[in-house]
Parts: sequence; C-alpha cells; structure tokens
Amino acid sequence: MKSLSEIDTTSKRASRAVGYSWGEAEEIGKNIRLLELFGFAGIKTLNRYYSVKVNKKFSDLSLINKNNKSEKHAYCPIILGINFLDQIRSLEKFKIIKFNKVSFPLLLLPFLSRSSEIIGKKINIKFDKIEFLLNLNVNISSNLLNQNCPEIANNVEIKIIENKDSFSDKEWQSLYKLSEETFVEETDSLKQSAAGAGLTDND
Amino acid sequence: MQVQLRSPNIIMKLSRLGSFHQSKLSFLRSFLDEFKDWDYKRDLFDLDEYGYGIAVYSFKKKNRIYSLVCFANEISDKDRSDRVIATKWDAAFTLHDGTPTKKDIERLKKEVPKQEVGRLSYKELTLSRANKSVRIFNHVVESLSNGHQPDSNLLEKVGYLYRTTAVYGSGKFGLADRFRIKNREEINGPFRLEMMLVYLVRQFTFDQVNHVAKSKNPKTAVSLDLKICKKLGIGNSTGLGMAPFIVNHPTLLNNWIMSREIALKKIREIKKIKSNEIEVFKNSLKNSIKNITSWNSESEYQKIKINSLLEDIKKFLNFIETKFNFEVDYPFNEIYLWIEQKTCEECIEYIVSMMLEPFDYIVKPLVSQMSSEEDKYFTIPTHRNVEDLRNIIEKRYPDILKINFTKKENYKNFWFISKNKEEPRYADRFKEIGSNLEQPLAIARDIKKLHSQLIISKNNLTIDKFLVQNNDLRHVVRRAFIIEKFPYSEIQDNTIGENVVPIDMLRLKLSFFGALKFDPRSDKWLRICMFQGAPLPTELKNFDQQWIYNS
Repeated sequence: MKSLSEIDTTSKRASRAVGYSWGEAEEIGKNIRLLELFGFAGIKTLNRYYSVKVNKKFSDLSLINKNNKSEKHAYCPIILGINFLDQIRSLEKFKIIKFNKVSFPLLLLPFLSRSSEIIGKKINIKFDKIEFLLNLNVNISSNLLNQNCPEIANNVEIKIIENKDSFSDKEWQSLYKLSEETFVEETDSLKQSAAGAGLTDND
Repeated sequence: MQVQLRSPNIIMKLSRLGSFHQSKLSFLRSFLDEFKDWDYKRDLFDLDEYGYGIAVYSFKKKNRIYSLVCFANEISDKDRSDRVIATKWDAAFTLHDGTPTKKDIERLKKEVPKQEVGRLSYKELTLSRANKSVRIFNHVVESLSNGHQPDSNLLEKVGYLYRTTAVYGSGKFGLADRFRIKNREEINGPFRLEMMLVYLVRQFTFDQVNHVAKSKNPKTAVSLDLKICKKLGIGNSTGLGMAPFIVNHPTLLNNWIMSREIALKKIREIKKIKSNEIEVFKNSLKNSIKNITSWNSESEYQKIKINSLLEDIKKFLNFIETKFNFEVDYPFNEIYLWIEQKTCEECIEYIVSMMLEPFDYIVKPLVSQMSSEEDKYFTIPTHRNVEDLRNIIEKRYPDILKINFTKKENYKNFWFISKNKEEPRYADRFKEIGSNLEQPLAIARDIKKLHSQLIISKNNLTIDKFLVQNNDLRHVVRRAFIIEKFPYSEIQDNTIGENVVPIDMLRLKLSFFGALKFDPRSDKWLRICMFQGAPLPTELKNFDQQWIYNS
C-alpha cells in the first residue's frame, strides 16, 4: 500500500512534469492525497487525465463567473479548481455557479472541498445524475458509490449551501425535552448559595 | 526587562545556522526524557556465531509497544558503502508499531534489507540501515574475545561501532504516515521515532559485538565494559538529502528555531540566577570542552571553526571566572551581549546552547511546540492584496531583496532530484545538464522575482487576481504568507549562489537532532555521531540530564 505522503509527492512531481508550475503542482499533490484519503480514485483519475492531456486540448478558465461557457473544449479541472479555490470568497455571493463542460470532474472535488472549509459552508456539485456534497473538507459524500466518475461532466452546477439546520424546530424541541431529563431541579437553599448569590451587580 | 527575540535576518543566515550546536531542545535528548520510564526489553536475539541473524528490541508502556526489528547480514567489503547509492548493508532496521508476529518478521526479512526498493507497511514507523566501522568492530571483537577491553582512546576517537546512512520515516516506502500517529502523547516532539530507532540500534551494536566475541572464544571472552559502551554512539553519514527538508518544511523549521529563540529570550530576561543554576551552566561549559578537543575532522573548513570555537570558549571561560559577576541583574543578558561582541558565530551559538542547560522549566514546555501542523498553513489567503504581500516581503526578506540575480555568481547552482536514487543533488547550472528540471529550492531568487512582479502590480489587486497572471510564482506566494506568521521559517540567504556551503543546511538539522562532532568530508556531506555518552537503556529510569557533557 502506498502511503499518503508518497501519493502527495509523486502526484506533485508528475504534475510538474506535465507542465504545471511548482505551486500548482503542490496543490495537486495535496488534492490527490485528499481524494485517496476520502476513498476516491485520485491516482487513477490523475493518471488518466495526464495521458489524455497529451493529445487533447482543454480550456483554461481564469476568472470565474456565475455562468461559464466554453465554446470549444471542456475546462481543465485543475486550472478551474485552482481558480475556484483562489476566488471562493468572491464566488460565494453567486450561490450557484454553472459550467457547461468540465473534464475529469473528480479532480475538481478536492478544490471544492477545500473551498468549503475556507467559507465554512457546504458545497454541492451536480452534473448529469451524479451529486457530491463537500462538507467543510471533513468528508465528501456522493451517490457515486463504487462507480467510476465520468471523464466529462456536462451542465455542471455548483451550489454553495447556506448554513442551516437539517431538522425542524419541532424535532429539535422534542430532542431537547429528552435532554432535560438529565437536569436536576435546584432547591431554594442551593439557589441561595450558588455563584454570585447575595451580591449586587450594581457595585 | 524585555529582551527582543533575535532577528531572523541574522539567525537565519546560512553561516549562523551552520554554527548551531545540540542543546537541551535536541530531539535525541527530548526522546530520552520522554521514554525514560518506558520498559525496555530485548525480545529476540537470534544471531549466528558471526553475528548474522535477527534481533528484536522493544519499549513498552501500558498498551503501547514499539519494537525495533534488526536484520544483520553478511556483506563483502567491496559492497560496503555509506553512500546512498549502496544496495547492501551490514545491518538493516525497522521500528514496528506493536509486537511483530512471526508473519510480520518473515515479511520484514524480505523487505527491510532492501531498504529503498523494499516495501514497508503502515505497521512500520521508521526504516534504516547501517554499516560497521570494520576497523573498530574487528578491534573490539579481537580484544574482547582475548579477554581484555579494547583501546578506549581508539574507540573514543571514532565514537561508534556502526554508522547509519539514512533514517526514513513519515510515509517513505510505505511506512506509516505521520497523521496515523501524530496524536500519540509520547510523539509530541519531532523525529521521536527516528531517534528511538537510532538509540536501539546503538544497543544492538553492543550486543552483537559481545555475541561475536563470545562465539569466537567462549572460554576467554569478556563483555564490553559498560563505561566504554556509554562512550560509544552511532555514527551517521549524511549527504544532501537533508538539505531540502528544511526548505520544504517552513513552519517546522520556524518552530525549531523559535523554541530556541524563546528559550534564550526568557533566560536573558531572568533578573537573578540561583547558585545551582550558575553551577550547572559553568559545569556544562567546562565539561563540554572535551567534546570540542575530541572533535576530529580532516576538513580545513571545520578545523578552522573548531579552533576559533576553542579559542573563544577559553576566552569566555576566563571572562566569567575572573571578570564576570553572576550577581548582577540579568546576568545571562550581560553574558549574551558580551559573547555577541567578542566571539565568533560558532561560539555564540555554542554558549546559547549551554545557557539552556540549567532551565528545565523554560525548555521542557517548548519541546512540545517543536512539531507543526503544516497543512493548516498551506492554503494561500487569496483575499489579501498586492500591497499586503509586498509589505510582507519587504519586511521579512530585506537582504534577499538586495541580491542581484542577473549576476551569474548569484544563480550559479541548481538543486535537482537524481534519477538514479531519487535523492536531492546540487550542481553548477553552467557545467551540468538538468537545470530545466530544477527543484523549487531557489527561494531567494523566486522571492526577488515575485517582488519585482508585485511592484508593477496595483496595490489593491487581490492575490486571487494576481495569481491568474503569476501562477509560476505560486510556491513563493504561499511561502511569503507563511513567513508573515512564522518569522524563522526561511533561510535568509541565497541557496544557489556560488559561495553557498550546503553542509551548513545539514548542520542546522543535525544540531536539532542532537548530533556531535560534525565532520565534513566535502562541502556536500559529513559524518556525525549521535548518542555518544548517552545512558544505556537499562539506565534510563534515572540518568544525568547533562550526560552529553559529563560522560
């Protein structure tokens, strides 16, 4: 079994070898490590992308907008990912960001995962019938269990999810009521000797 | 009184870093301190009459066990090489997490002797190999088997029976990643398990030499005197592999240096020193002189350094014995100001190390701050702007910005990874091929390049937008934001200039390991000794904290 440290170093060096700058290659190393740690096929997908990249052109998107359309080629997931990560604070306001086609979308996930951590909000990515939820860089959940992620993603929609409860107030109250059963009613004498008792706060 | 931390612009120069010495903060000393109440055991010792076979040593506390698995092999003299390109060694070792099963040992027997081309598992923590100092090993076997102790002068001069040539950890060759073990309380300082491996290897070398001597002549053989054992350590040959480490781990480097600097600052701020603390300082200093006088090196570069160190230490001793009054306020501040004025860099840093000796209460809490959660500082704060970044660079890299990188002598060399052994190397870019595959270790040059881009960019341009056009400088943008928070994270020198001495970078790291007797064999590799004078495993429960000077 390869260690995550080996995965990071080798991905970084390979990325430099295919032409990314050292700084970009460092990001890729960390990302592939993250994908493998979360149980996704990082090495396999990166390898495949770099072998396709030799003969195929991809579009580099620098400044990301709410709607992004590449007329000719699918977006490179790495350049797109790096810019998404760098620009996340300004992208946050869009709530939903769309791309018409992204190549090797799995490679975009760790950038989104890290972006999610920066803004402290979950990020959802949807394309075709596949969905991933990037949860503050703590985990990535998906409906793509044990299946290969496609090499091209059409009509990609990235949604920045506002922080809100996943339960109703009624459900919360019900559980809170149960938790109250661990509390003890204070007697009057205890109340009189509790912290701050007998003092005035107007001193 | 408030003393300022020493300026990174002085401390982080290569000549200063290359003058660092071991101290109470050194990893081998903090390792011994951490593991002193663990149970040590030799679990297996299955060597043939020539000393070849398998041995297992362990440290145990409650449910935690670390086991060193040793494989001693027969190799011919022509195969014995300390260079990293070697493929055979007298012995190979791994530190296993827990007690190895028979199946583990069978697996390790196939893999560990192969070192870099073998595969380890997440159950192994560190990996190393070592070669005998054949002359010394044979002399000891010969003496012991004939019933007498070896020539202690000869032994002390060399200092060890075996030399390691690399100690690997943190995920190399399939070893456990650091994240798997980082929350263990006993590993709250850097390189703890690498130190454990080397320390237990030292014990193996004593057991092996005794075993071979006894097998040779069972009737007359005696065991190596424990006092002699204590005076022996483990040698190490170190090449350039270590140098990029300190560039590639900026926050870790900062935390090492910062701990030392905080300790020094706090000691200089003590108004009155107790008499027992003065005694510890003076005794450590006096006793340490034999570590200098027994420091042998053929290197002219090192000989000059050793001589000026010795001369300055004598001058300093004379000063504190005849002129200095420890009863003045802030005596260590006075001493520091004196040494800074009157002594060489090597001596300044030597005495700084000595100043730490009496102050456990200052030093020990700092030991646990010497690791780093590097990933926390990896992401670039791209919401900041060009003005912020330019200000950081101008404040933190003042001398680097003065270097003229259009002059050939300032970019003469380049760092690369050798295809043969995947090891870092250093070469002249105008004589050797491969500078197009240069590693990102020319930080000074790239910072200067980044600065030149920043001064032609708009102040309020945010870094995300700046990077769209300048992603080739992304690695140094990241570093500049790191140095903002970690002032000792960068070497404040040019690592590719014609005058650079790469062993200064090795020396810095080795001093934090706790190495003694730096012996440069060229400007690119050196030999050192570790654990010389250290307590034996059976003495750990109660040992002298200043053993390094008093043995």
